Amino acid sequence: MDFQSLIIISIGAIFVSNFVLNRFLGLCPYIGVSKQLDAAVGMGMAVIFVMSMASIVTWGIYHYFLTPAESNLLFKLFLGGKGKPPDLTYLRTISFILVVATLVQFVEMVIQKVSPALYRSLGIYLPLITTNCAVMGVAILNIDAEYNFIQSVVNGFMSGIGFTLALVLMAGLREKLELANVPKAMQGVPIAFIMAGLMSLAFLGFSGLSF
Amino acid sequence: MSLLKEFTKGLNKENPVFRLMLGLCPVLAVSSSVNNAIGMGAAATFVLVCSNCVISLIKGFVPAKIRIPIYITVIATFVTIVELVMAAYAPELSKALGVFIPLIVVNCIILGRAEAFASRNSLISSLIDGLGMGFGFTLALTLIATFREILGNGTWLGYPVFGSSFEPALMMILAPGAFITIGFIIGFLNWLDHRKAAL
Repeated sequence: MDFQSLIIISIGAIFVSNFVLNRFLGLCPYIGVSKQLDAAVGMGMAVIFVMSMASIVTWGIYHYFLTPAESNLLFKLFLGGKGKPPDLTYLRTISFILVVATLVQFVEMVIQKVSPALYRSLGIYLPLITTNCAVMGVAILNIDAEYNFIQSVVNGFMSGIGFTLALVLMAGLREKLELANVPKAMQGVPIAFIMAGLMSLAFLGFSGLSF
Repeated sequence: MSLLKEFTKGLNKENPVFRLMLGLCPVLAVSSSVNNAIGMGAAATFVLVCSNCVISLIKGFVPAKIRIPIYITVIATFVTIVELVMAAYAPELSKALGVFIPLIVVNCIILGRAEAFASRNSLISSLIDGLGMGFGFTLALTLIATFREILGNGTWLGYPVFGSSFEPALMMILAPGAFITIGFIIGFLNWLDHRKAAL
């Protein structure tokens, strides 16, 4: 197991290519849920779980059902392992999004049972994790970067942590911002975006890291 | 509502990016150059119009409980079409837009319009609504890209705007520039609204 590549992936996912502040994935919940710290932490936990599970399942689907390789299960079952394996990679988008939608439904049911208060405080943003660019984005980025299974899982998990980090930082700042004297036109979303821009500028400092 | 109103509402009053705050991820990521912005806008408009039409046609047959997965499948089909066509006929644009082409499938605008409009209205209305929202999205994208490209690169659509002595502000085409630009644009639109309300 190549630990160095895993550490590079982790540092990259949390700091250098932070999902929110650098890759612009996961912005809708970022602007919507980051007003209170507890809702932000709860949302972050849900997203970490969904991103890790989605990385696992979508990697499996891509490498065992879609790729034109000998390991393709559909190839083995239906064509008996003879001839050329079919190239089903164009089904990537459809299969991934359906997997993510199912996962989010499952997480929603679990949260509703385990912690109804958290469920109520997250409101509409919990089912919106389905349309969250971050979850679908990490699945596709794993495939594009051609990570193996362990690397994909680590990338999914660490990207979730990076997202949660940005979310929690933003929530803390916005709680303080309630007491500040913001011009009327900039109140609410505009000043949140400017703050995100400043945070993004700070995180840009990580881009010089090398090993 | 008249068809013209359906179209123009997507441009300003219900602009999906600046008013409804939908579809923000691709807006910020792709707006580093006007060329990419227009390409992404065209792709998203195509998917939006086609999926609006199809969903409006099948709205009578879709059971309410499983409507979201069915809409997602319809949208994903059109996104796959766009992905493959772009990779074949516009490979540089496809590489520049990268992961954000398949991410059109999770663009809140498309699912949002399908759920809020196409599932309840006629084919023609849904088509016009899709066109209006798509144009509004493209307009917003192009506006932000104009600011970022002119200030951050000194060009517009690749043509140099200033003389050769202009030192572009590199920050504008990087991540922070996107956030700051959209923050100021929404703030400016808010200011315009307050002035109109005060009159």
